[in-house]
Amino acid sequence: MSPALVISRREIRTYFNSPVAYIVVSAFTLIAGGMFFGFQLFLAGEASLRGFFQNMPLLFMFLAPAITMRLLADEKSSGTLELLITMPVRDWEVVLGKFLAAMALLAAALGLTLAFAITVRALGPLDRGPAIGGYLGLLLMGGAYVAIGVMASAFTRNSIVAFIVAFVISFALFILQHVISYMPQALQPITSFIAIGMHFDNISRGVIDTRDVIYYLSVMGICLLVATLSLESRRWS
Amino acid sequence: MSDLMIEVEDLTKNYGLTRAVNKVSFSVKRGEVLGFLGPNGAGKSTTMKMLTCYLAPTAGRAMVAGHDVFSDSLEVRKRVGYLPEDTPIYRDMTVVEFLEFAAALRGMDRSKIAGRIKEIGLRCGLGDVAGKLVGELSKGFRQRVGLAQAMLHDPDIVILDEPTSGLDPNQIVEIRSLIKEIGREKTVILSTHILPEVQATCSRVVIINDGKLVADGTPDELRARTHGGRYRVVVESNGVAKEAIRDQLARLAGVTRCELITGEEGSHSFALDAGGTNDLRKPIFRAAVDNRWTLLELARESASLEDVFRNLTIGEEGKS
Repeated sequence: MSPALVISRREIRTYFNSPVAYIVVSAFTLIAGGMFFGFQLFLAGEASLRGFFQNMPLLFMFLAPAITMRLLADEKSSGTLELLITMPVRDWEVVLGKFLAAMALLAAALGLTLAFAITVRALGPLDRGPAIGGYLGLLLMGGAYVAIGVMASAFTRNSIVAFIVAFVISFALFILQHVISYMPQALQPITSFIAIGMHFDNISRGVIDTRDVIYYLSVMGICLLVATLSLESRRWS
Repeated sequence: MSDLMIEVEDLTKNYGLTRAVNKVSFSVKRGEVLGFLGPNGAGKSTTMKMLTCYLAPTAGRAMVAGHDVFSDSLEVRKRVGYLPEDTPIYRDMTVVEFLEFAAALRGMDRSKIAGRIKEIGLRCGLGDVAGKLVGELSKGFRQRVGLAQAMLHDPDIVILDEPTSGLDPNQIVEIRSLIKEIGREKTVILSTHILPEVQATCSRVVIINDGKLVADGTPDELRARTHGGRYRVVVESNGVAKEAIRDQLARLAGVTRCELITGEEGSHSFALDAGGTNDLRKPIFRAAVDNRWTLLELARESASLEDVFRNLTIGEEGKS
């Protein structure tokens, strides 16, 4: 098994050995379900997951930092990073392993929300395309949020700081979508490209555009790269 | 491959403006147990972190098991077992889980992992705690888990950073004998600031102070390098004033310090420190004969590693 997978397997076990995973995942499902069924589904009177998907850019802002904050920060503060990194593993394998573990937990949380889809389907005909596209988009967007969290966790040895940094970066990318109309005309296209939620709107409508996929993959790539460089920086600082 | 397992040349590490390690050079042969000695903050840990590829040197070169620690670090890490200071181990794993994790990360053959963990666990005395969480173990057991982890993959070189710090005397004896056993087949570097540890376990000593290497040799060689020595003189007190004897002794050539120490009743005891290489036993005896003292005891104490260490480390500071 590759080192990255060994690391992520250990990390997943740590998630489920502690109450963190259960608390975070149930809080997420509860809030996501409450918002969807309480405010959106019946008001819209339409058997669609649209409302549920629309809440996700906001909810991920809390979920992703919560599950990623301790990934590297804790290893630094407890000193286990030294043990881990002096084993024959590359720094990027450590970062990737952590990322995959957080993605597994995020996917588990999203898996629970499939219950919403089943409920909606019982209420009326559910359009499959947007539903499948929406979940695919959630995984992509979740990957971007999680990668931001992993990066923030690589910067510090304090997991609370990691949470706040991840939250602030996510919030900045999130809020852009809502301030576009106040921006100068010339900046609007670039702003709408950087805004994290814009791309998700397309996917959740069932339209999978390569530009959106590329956007999320680039955010993941850049953040994981920066996280790796941050780990490596111990070698030349 | 040559017999030199570790070659360090002008190794230097800066943290910002402070120089933690300053042009340190030494080498370790196969099968040696090298004691890395120095006061706290002398740069021992930093040097070990460079040898294990956790930190990169600012300047200089280190070859470990024939590979450069900077350009070929993965190969180095495959061949080295490392126990970092304070034994950081994931507290939420059981001993066996942790060793399995380490074995998997090291890419060990799956079919052999269970057998190897059992074997190394027995050697390190982990049989009874195999299923316990690392976080629940005492410091001594945690240290053994760390040692087991460092030897799991049968490395050529084992690097141990303060393996006995924070242990009680019984645990220290156990861990030391374990290290000695490891040293029979492997090249070992261990750092410590406890001198008896070096005498008990090491075949060679490197002393580092303030980032610089100040001595390198076998414990015996280092002891021989310290000049002079300490003498103990006990004289029967029948009517002789102790101050008179002290003044007489202090006047002998080569004596740097003469002190009255408490001894048995009816006798005066003195401790003499002497510089130079002359044997002072003869002059002391003659002084006793000339003054008609009854000499009860006269002994020369050879310099201990403590003296060597103090000479080298405190002496340096005093000069600068």
